Amino acid sequence: MFTINLKRVFKTGYKNFHRNDWLSMATVLIMVLVLFVLGGLVFFSALAGTILGNFESKIDITVYFKPEAPEAGIFDVKKEVEALPQVADIKYISKEDALVQFKEKNKGNALILDSLNELGDNPLEAALNIRAKTPESYAAIGDFLAKKNYPLVDKINYFENQEIIERFGAILGTIKGWGAFTLFILAFLAVLVAFNTIRLAIYTMREEINIMRLVGAANWFVRGPFMVTGVIYGLVAALAASVMFFPLTWLIAPKLSFLVPQFNLFSYFIGHFVQFFGLMLVAGVALGLSSSLIAIRKYLRV
Amino acid sequence: MILFDKVSKIYSKDSVALKNVTLKINSKEFVSVVGSSGAGKSTLLKLLMREEEPTKGKIFLDGVEVTAMRKNQLHHMRRRIGTIFQDYKLLPAKTVYENVAFAMEAAGRHDEEIAEDVPQVLEIIGLAGKKDSFPHQLSGGEKQRVAVARALINRPDIILADEPTGNLDPVNTKEVIKLLLKINDLGTTVILSSHDANVINSIGRRVVVLEKGEVISDEEKGKYIV
Repeated sequence: MFTINLKRVFKTGYKNFHRNDWLSMATVLIMVLVLFVLGGLVFFSALAGTILGNFESKIDITVYFKPEAPEAGIFDVKKEVEALPQVADIKYISKEDALVQFKEKNKGNALILDSLNELGDNPLEAALNIRAKTPESYAAIGDFLAKKNYPLVDKINYFENQEIIERFGAILGTIKGWGAFTLFILAFLAVLVAFNTIRLAIYTMREEINIMRLVGAANWFVRGPFMVTGVIYGLVAALAASVMFFPLTWLIAPKLSFLVPQFNLFSYFIGHFVQFFGLMLVAGVALGLSSSLIAIRKYLRV
Repeated sequence: MILFDKVSKIYSKDSVALKNVTLKINSKEFVSVVGSSGAGKSTLLKLLMREEEPTKGKIFLDGVEVTAMRKNQLHHMRRRIGTIFQDYKLLPAKTVYENVAFAMEAAGRHDEEIAEDVPQVLEIIGLAGKKDSFPHQLSGGEKQRVAVARALINRPDIILADEPTGNLDPVNTKEVIKLLLKINDLGTTVILSSHDANVINSIGRRVVVLEKGEVISDEEKGKYIV
């Protein structure tokens, strides 16, 4: 008896879906749009993460040492700074390395190279390049260096760039906060639209729901097929959205990597396809099912 | 046995559908409820189905208080009642066959039973050739017959027929009444509502006359004189 009924519920749910083809198509289309927004949000946050990571890796503190500073002394400082919990990575650049880098950077500029030769001696200073784990911890590292006031240190470029680094940190924080807020609002709107579409679909069947009850159908026997239809909406929408993201990401990827060379949208999509498809499925089915459940409650009065 | 115990249905101060109606209908009886439009005939049937709730009073079906049943239990009671609705109430997205089969499916009947019974009933009402048509492709009389078939299919204890001949020509009207009388002979309680004096007087069974929501006469082998 139970299996017969279950079979009937599924059959009717499927029939509802394919007989009301226009209504089904419209509903699925709206849900595809919702899933597009959702997928777009996923891509956007991945992209934003890459950009922010990229910026963050470019912030650093460089400590320059006086020309007469012995390497052993510099290594002592390095060891102390390395011990700080905020430090992600520290790199020693010797006077010679600095000269090589400088020459490389000014390869095309004969005037600079000539004047360098004129000097004869290496005018550049050895330096320590410090990278913090988070942009916010640069201030702590800077404070530490200032307090220690090492005699070998000539200058610390954090203090020159302090304002820029701090402002950048603040901007990053704001972008993250507003980004999350915007994503949330967008997702909420999308869900609302999908929910209303399904509600409208069920609204058109309110008279039928009444009739079913009056000819002796149990509540769940009426509700069941609508739930099945809702799940089918979700499944089809998830499938359609996931398939459509293939050409879409492939087309957008080259344009995007022009702006952000470190991020390839298409390979990100391919690389995370299983998780992505899973997310689409879960979101689509949850949306279809919950919308149907909530909407039909209202019309199961008789 | 069906008992309406001092039942009133008041929609608003100016719209009183039933006033303190007490009515007893024994099982296997054939009762015609008559009266002009707005006399409260449909309301009486709707209250028995619990499509609507009475404002006052109680309704019993075989000793069980229908008006106190929980909503999620109503379908058990409704499966014992086959209703022919005035406006047919067919499912527009289902074919003739599926409309009739739905009542059986809802009652949890087996597929084999459904495959056997539905074609038989469609044969009886003369719509075997239109089993794959949708309601919007049928005439009023054909829809009415589908509604009759659906009401009969589960062999209910009670048939409620709300103006079942309202949209039929005289020939079809006769057929439907004949069918209802036959079902009654086989042991089913029939409650028929109508405003058609000719139809009622041709039956020659119990007649309850409603006027402005009140029972004004109740006679065995009654007549309806307009």
